[in-house]
Amino acid sequence: MPDWLQLMWSSLGPLLWAALVYTVPLTLLSFVLGLIVGLACAVIRLFGPKPLVLLVRFYVWVIRGTPLLVQLFVIFYGLPSIGVTLDAFTAGLIGFTVNVGAYTSEILRAVLSAVPKGQWEASYSIGMTWSQAMRRTIIPQAARIAVPPLSNSFISLVKDTSLAAAITVPELFQAAQRIVATTYEPLVLYIEAALIYLVISSVLSSLQQRLEVRFGQYGGFLEARA
Amino acid sequence: MIELTGLEKRFGDNLVLKGITLSMQEGSVTALIGPSGGGKSTLLRCINLLEIPTAGSLQVGDEKISFRPGTHPPRSEVQKVRRQTGMVFQNFQLFPHRTAIENVMEGLLTVLKWPRERARQRAMELLTKVGMAEKADAWPSTLSGGQQQRVAIARALAPSPRILLCDEPTSALDPELSGEVVEVLGQLAREGTTMVMATHDLRLAARVAEEVIVLDDGQVVEKGASKTIFSEPKRERTKRFIATLTSESASFGGE
Repeated sequence: MPDWLQLMWSSLGPLLWAALVYTVPLTLLSFVLGLIVGLACAVIRLFGPKPLVLLVRFYVWVIRGTPLLVQLFVIFYGLPSIGVTLDAFTAGLIGFTVNVGAYTSEILRAVLSAVPKGQWEASYSIGMTWSQAMRRTIIPQAARIAVPPLSNSFISLVKDTSLAAAITVPELFQAAQRIVATTYEPLVLYIEAALIYLVISSVLSSLQQRLEVRFGQYGGFLEARA
Repeated sequence: MIELTGLEKRFGDNLVLKGITLSMQEGSVTALIGPSGGGKSTLLRCINLLEIPTAGSLQVGDEKISFRPGTHPPRSEVQKVRRQTGMVFQNFQLFPHRTAIENVMEGLLTVLKWPRERARQRAMELLTKVGMAEKADAWPSTLSGGQQQRVAIARALAPSPRILLCDEPTSALDPELSGEVVEVLGQLAREGTTMVMATHDLRLAARVAEEVIVLDDGQVVEKGASKTIFSEPKRERTKRFIATLTSESASFGGE
């Protein structure tokens, strides 16, 4: 076995461990929490009172207009100077959640307003309340068109969690950096880390396809060609 | 059964309904006709409160509600009145993510909280009534327009509304498909369903409705039994309007 392959093999354990313990939980948690934030913001943008709408627009403007890495630094290195000290994982979780929330709020706003107004009226006409119409009629139809753009966000997020290395979260990329520091083999280790990210993203992409098929069973839309 | 008193609806500066006072009896079938923009749809949508009237009052069954400019009546009141009504839309508006029978069951399950089996049974009876039992498990996107509208009628009837409102139920359909919808509505009329329908379809108005109300520029300009209105309209403008409808349906190969 050539040396580089041997090195890859021996470092696979620590890298996968870092992915399993930090990268995957950080991604899943911040995506789920970010979606909740995003949905709340989207509903406010569409139905909320003016002051809240302005607040949400300000939030989206700031988060989309500044680099994620800078946001993470503000939370982890900046906040302690005003007395808010967070451990690295929590800081990362907050940073990613806030970021996902801002981006997905725009996606969700678009897909919720893409469901025809007549669907609201049909729901009301059989006696549903606003929240019943939202839950039973609007969200299920919006979900179908939301799958591709939300999958984009999700896949981006997996890779963006590598930025957490810069605020000392020992996730996949930082684990690779630490091994490089002792072996001086950056090419091998960083390619190996890249491959692991690629595998995770691929799994998610196939999940996206499955979701699209499931949500798409009722027909009436163009279907993507294989 | 339905009482409208001085009902007004304003969109911005535009007064669309100018104090409509009407009453409809239980078991009656009324057609609203008149030129586009005359207020037919708005009037229907005010009866089930998809639009909130600006002034006047409305009674459907035992539920009465009054309107004042600039105020929205309490949601619970709106809900109470609305649950007395069922609505059939021009472009069907079936829920595309639910099968035909699920569309009919939806109000029973979500609003009335019926158990699933009971809802399914009732939905199946209604689908049978509109001749769609065989397509119970079909997705709306696989049905023809006439079939979709028949499912939509079953959906509107499911919670047993006291009155069925139909907003141009046949105008998105070609004459052949609209025939099957007219037939279903005619059958419901014979069974004593109270209905109000806005329509341009002379066949529907003449065959199904007993009473015709002509709405023009937000006002009731003529009303009477459908037989007399179509043969001897009182006003010149009504006469001309009916003449255009007749020539239209003749050019479509209707009657």
